[in-house]
This record gives sequence, structure tokens and C-alpha cells, in this order.
Amino acid sequence: MRAFALFCRLGAALLLAGGLGACASIPPGAGSSSADPLEVYNRHMFDFNDRVDRAVFKPVAQAYEAVLPEPLRNCINNAFRNLGEPVNAINNLLQAKPGNAMVDVSRFFWNSTAGLLGCIDLAAKAGAPRNNEDFGQTLGVWGFGAGPYFVLPLLGPSSIRDTVGRLFDFLDTDPLWYMNEIRVRNVLVGVRLVDTRASVLPAEEVLNRAALDKYQFVRDGYLQLRRNLVYDGNPPRLIDPEDDADDSPPRGSPGNAGPAKDQPPAPPAR
Amino acid sequence: MSYRALITSLALAALLGAWLPGPAAHAQGSANAALSAPDVLVKTMSEDVLASIRKDPSLQSGDISRLNALVDDKVLPYVNFEKMTRLAVGRGWRDASAEQRQLLTREFRTLLVRTYAGAVASAKDYQVQMRPFRAEPAETDVLVRTQAVPSRGDPIQLDYRLEKTAAGWKIYDVNVLGVWLVENYRNTFTAEVSRGGIDGLIKSLVDRNKALEGKAS
Repeated sequence: MRAFALFCRLGAALLLAGGLGACASIPPGAGSSSADPLEVYNRHMFDFNDRVDRAVFKPVAQAYEAVLPEPLRNCINNAFRNLGEPVNAINNLLQAKPGNAMVDVSRFFWNSTAGLLGCIDLAAKAGAPRNNEDFGQTLGVWGFGAGPYFVLPLLGPSSIRDTVGRLFDFLDTDPLWYMNEIRVRNVLVGVRLVDTRASVLPAEEVLNRAALDKYQFVRDGYLQLRRNLVYDGNPPRLIDPEDDADDSPPRGSPGNAGPAKDQPPAPPAR
Repeated sequence: MSYRALITSLALAALLGAWLPGPAAHAQGSANAALSAPDVLVKTMSEDVLASIRKDPSLQSGDISRLNALVDDKVLPYVNFEKMTRLAVGRGWRDASAEQRQLLTREFRTLLVRTYAGAVASAKDYQVQMRPFRAEPAETDVLVRTQAVPSRGDPIQLDYRLEKTAAGWKIYDVNVLGVWLVENYRNTFTAEVSRGGIDGLIKSLVDRNKALEGKAS
């Protein structure tokens, strides 16, 4: 119950930080894309998450990075990710990849013992790198499409399928969820959150530079990334012939740049 | 965990330009690399670019003029920036004049280089490993798969699409953790074009580049 009260207070603080009256800028035509029918809601939630992040999570993560020495942060990061091995193993089984599931189990065993509770990723050094599986991917392997893109409150980019998957992973296979010591669990959940946020600090600046429209860039990246994971790094190529049917001479200068010989002929000008 | 992977991959996907293609040690070397098999080309370039970043502190600090020189001199021979831009712009390309196409290509390239400037320092901690490559001799469009292995942490999938041209193999797309660069820009570019036409997209790119120019790198 106390945990719940704490959760409520935290939620209220975050709502304030997010700025209740704040408005995201919604471009015309939002929601017309088939991959993102919820775009209007999504953009508001993305904007909200961004504000909360700037007000709370990012500063905390920066402080965490400034205070703790790198080896210790690496150790903590490895330890939390070691706790994710059961999720990997179960989902590898569900995806009919027993060999990979065995690797996950032995990684968990060796890293939890000789690797000092997961602090050191010995198994990776021994040539058995970490797999990355979750129930959202399993659903994908079973044939479920991603469904509409869906930005979760505080947790960020997701899809309808992956939201279902996350819920499953969280309720069934997140080891922290099974801890009896509620207070310790809450502390660990908090540290894990900060650890995750801190681990993306270095890459964030690059993202900010690269994107013309950060929302769109993150969305399209998320969808591509997840598709790649469902296919274990080897997805069939998406081909839209129209995209490259176009070595046509530029408008207003007909004939000065004929189609390259290795390109299909240019379509008729509109 | 997946959020972490997402941010990493988006950031790296954005790096493209200078990440892949490396400065070959000699002009002769680069000429040979461009004519060799696509996987050899990628390997040579990746190793060369990392080597030159490691030994050049001003590149590591993100010096834009040094980076630009590097790209002009050593990267350009291996990359078909125009095709990359054309694919990212998609349908709008058809309606663009020659001058607009040139501007788009130039500004997109500038954006990629400026983006890369923010991350080049961390690139020196990676090693590039080739993954199995198979292609029929007659193929003119191939996928070369590699992974970037950091000194600590999980390897990062890093794949290239190359097209065979009269001047040898040219890279026209790169993928980090499954996120293809061209694909990731396409929706944004299409939206910009439908809002403000080709000139609107050019202006957005120019504005973005100006904003980045002011930023300390």
C-alpha cells in the first residue's frame, strides 16, 4: 500500500513536471499514415515524456553519471541486464530456438556466479554474447504485425503489439517483480530506471542533431529496429519500386541527364 | 533495454557519412578499393576511417572542417550521396530541378557530416568485424554485413547496401541495428515536401544545418 501511495505521489510530481497545459505541435495531416493512426495522441505523449525527461530523468541520470565511477556504472548496468536473461530464455523457447535459450540459461548461470551477480559479463568474453528477446518479438515471430505505433506514458516508443509484450514480460518474467522485500524492490526499480536513462546519454546528442522532426525520427527508427529484432537481424528487404524508379532528368532540363543504364526506365512525368 | 538500443541505433544510423567510408592511406589505395569486391571495399574503408580517427585528435573533437576534408577526400569516392538523397526524398525527387537536386544532396550530406561530428570521438573505441558475405558474381546490388564491436558491451549490427556502377561499387545506404538511414529520413522528407514543396525541404535542411553550425561540436 505504501508503495502504491509512493507511486501516486511520483505520478503527480511527473504530471506537474510534464506541464499539464503544454501543447505539442501537431503537423497537418497527422494520423494519416497507416503505421501511425494515433499520431495526434502520440505526439502529445511524446512531448509530455520529453518534458518529464528534461525535468526529472535526464538531470538525475546526469548526476548519476557524474557521481559514480564508470566501472561501477558498468557493473550495475551488467547486473540489471543479467536479470533480463530469464526473459531472453523464455522467449527463445517460445520462438522455438532452444539452442539460444540454452545459451541464455548458461549465461545467467555463469554470470550470476563467477560473474559476481552479473556485474561482469564473463560469458560474452567467452564468446557467448547476450541475446535480445522479449515477448513483443515472440508475438512478431508468431505472425502478429506491430499494429499502430503507440507512445507509452513515461516509457516511450512502443506499438500495440509491443505494449502487450511488455506487459507480459513485466508480469511474468521480470525478476524484480518477484521480490518479497518491497522496499528493496522499489529502490532497485528506481536504480534500474536511472541506469537505463544514463546509458543512452552519450547517444542522445547525436539523435538531437540528426533529426529534422525528432518524433518522426524516433518513431520510424523504433519500427525498423523492432522489425529487425523480430527477424533476428536479418529481415526481408522492403522494396518500394517507386522510390528508385527515378533517375529521370530533372524538371525543366529534359534530356540532359538520361537514365543510368542500371536503373529501370523513368516513369512518365506527372 | 530496447529503448537503449533504439537511441543507440538512431544515433549511429545518423552517423552514416563518415562512419563507414574511411580515408584510405593513399590515393592509389582508394582507387583500388573502389574497384574491388564490395565486402573488401567496406572492410578497407571501415578500418581506414577508424585508424585515421584514432590518430587525429582534432577529428575526435569534432572539428567540422577536418571532417569535411576527410569526407571530400576519402569518403566521397565510395558513397553515392546523390542516390542516397534521391531514395530519401522519394517521389518528390521527380519534380525537382537539377539545381534543387544538387542543393538537396549537398545539404543532406552536410547534415550527416554535422551529425557525425557529435559522435566521432566515441567511434575510436570500436573495432569493425566483417560478417559472412555471399553474392552471386552477376549481382549489381548487394548487402555487406559487419558489426562494430566496442571495447566493452554488445556488438552493434552495421550493414551497408552497395550498388555496382561504372566507377566501381558505391555505398548508398547504411543500417545500424536494423535501422536503415534512407528509410528513417524518408517520412520526414516526404512530409516536408508535401508541406512546402522541394524548396520547403531544402529550407528545412539549410536551417537545421545553420542551427548545428552554431552549436559547439
